[in-house]
Amino acid sequence: MVNELAGVAISVRGLRKTYTSKANGPKNAVAGIDLDVKAGEIFAILGPNGAGKTTTVEILEGYRDRDGGEVKVLGQDPAKLGNNNWSWRNRIGIVLQSTNDSQDLSVSETVNHFANYYSNPRDPEAVIHEVGLADKAKARIQTLSGGQRRRLDVALGIIGNPEILFLDEPTTGFDPEARRAFWDLIRKLRDEGTTILLTTHYLDEAEALADRVAVIVDGKIIEVSTPENLGGRNTAKARISWLENGVKQELESDFPAAEVAKLSSRFGGEVPELTVIRPSLEDIYLKMIGQA
Amino acid sequence: MKPNIIKVGFLRGGLEIKQFMRQRESVVFTLLFPVMLLFIFGSVFKGDLAPEVTFTQYFVAGMIASGLVNTGFQQLAIMIPIERDFGTLKRLRGTPVSPISYFIGKAVLVFVAMIVQVGALMGFGAALFGLDLPNTTERWLRFAWLILLGSICSTILGIAFSAIPKNGRGASAVVSPIVIILQFFSGVFFVFSTLPQWMQQFAALFPLKWLTQGMRSVFLPESFATQEVAKSWEIPQIAIVLLIWTVVGTILALKTFKWSDK
Repeated sequence: MVNELAGVAISVRGLRKTYTSKANGPKNAVAGIDLDVKAGEIFAILGPNGAGKTTTVEILEGYRDRDGGEVKVLGQDPAKLGNNNWSWRNRIGIVLQSTNDSQDLSVSETVNHFANYYSNPRDPEAVIHEVGLADKAKARIQTLSGGQRRRLDVALGIIGNPEILFLDEPTTGFDPEARRAFWDLIRKLRDEGTTILLTTHYLDEAEALADRVAVIVDGKIIEVSTPENLGGRNTAKARISWLENGVKQELESDFPAAEVAKLSSRFGGEVPELTVIRPSLEDIYLKMIGQA
Repeated sequence: MKPNIIKVGFLRGGLEIKQFMRQRESVVFTLLFPVMLLFIFGSVFKGDLAPEVTFTQYFVAGMIASGLVNTGFQQLAIMIPIERDFGTLKRLRGTPVSPISYFIGKAVLVFVAMIVQVGALMGFGAALFGLDLPNTTERWLRFAWLILLGSICSTILGIAFSAIPKNGRGASAVVSPIVIILQFFSGVFFVFSTLPQWMQQFAALFPLKWLTQGMRSVFLPESFATQEVAKSWEIPQIAIVLLIWTVVGTILALKTFKWSDK
């Protein structure tokens, strides 16, 4: 409760999880993670496939047990819910990675039914409208496209009016237009007060959506920051390159305009093949995850 | 306010029935297959077991009893691993819904499917093969509690057994042989009293033998009780065996039920 009053929805300290496979022996899927997600923010866990995103989130959702560390979600340890299972689950919403269930039911039947599980559900028709499935309400789930199906998953995730919504790689396989519509929906939920924890391996998704981003590689968090400041992007030096005596020259500087002016006077006007580049977020991210 | 677990269970039951009715294969298998079997057996074995008592009369009792095992135990022990594969159960586990509500939903589905199946068997049997329907209120009442308790018992054992198959693909291969052997041992296809004693004793450990015996007490003349191994229908024993299996099944189901395959 203390944490909640301080505005912390999720707090994680020293989280560890090891899987042992016959072929490869033990592998640290999560190797000591610390996290704090503030109430009301969109927090993204960004990382390449296999970095430990889903394992981390499924521990927070109460699906998996852990090998070490402390976890509190809405003040409860998801591994020790006991009799609080119902009241805790009543307050969280989960959108899993991929599901293939309820094929023979309609969108409306499914959303209306799930509303019965919660003490204070949202209005099912309003939720269907909100996720953009109003004209598919009567359609059988098996006839939905991948993107529509994902929006149904979100509808089922928010029908209980959760305080925290977990989204595990929500837009994988979306076309660009569907992604933007989806992002608008997530922002709207945040603006209504829902805390959102999402995992993604898309940099632009984290950049567009998240208030804060944690970058995870090999089960460890290597940075937590706002998207603007990620990897020191805001303070990164600009790289200036040009051609001189047939050889490509390069320098890095905090004051690129001054450098260009100097070059210009040295060349007496135009500088051959001049470029000035600030590292893109993608450059920084790829460097961070060691794939640059 | 916390939603009522039993009410949510019946709501799940309604949803399960809806899904069931929309899957043509399951409707055909569960509802039409017994009628086809009755047609085949009824056409082959035209003889009488005794004056005025046709073989059909004996066979329908066995068909209804094994229908309970097929619709409950067998269907669920195959369907639940498939639901695990599809993520249905993982999604449910992420909601506040209680496993008890899920169990109740399955029991409602099995009970309703049984009512329809029994109706089809009796209607078809009476129309084409001269099946005599139960002729006293007492028999109808016994028939009713046998179907109800049999459905619940079969459901809960199917849920408990669903922990064994690793996935949906392998489930049928694990479950079906057990059911078929039990059917042969329990007097569904043969007259029970003519089976070897060891087979009878083995079958007496499991609910199907008792369900079949109970159904015979509903469909065969009272005088046939003396033909039973115990020289009586043993109605109280039937109720006790079914109740014991229901309690044991519930404990097992609550302990072993898996929402996901980890």
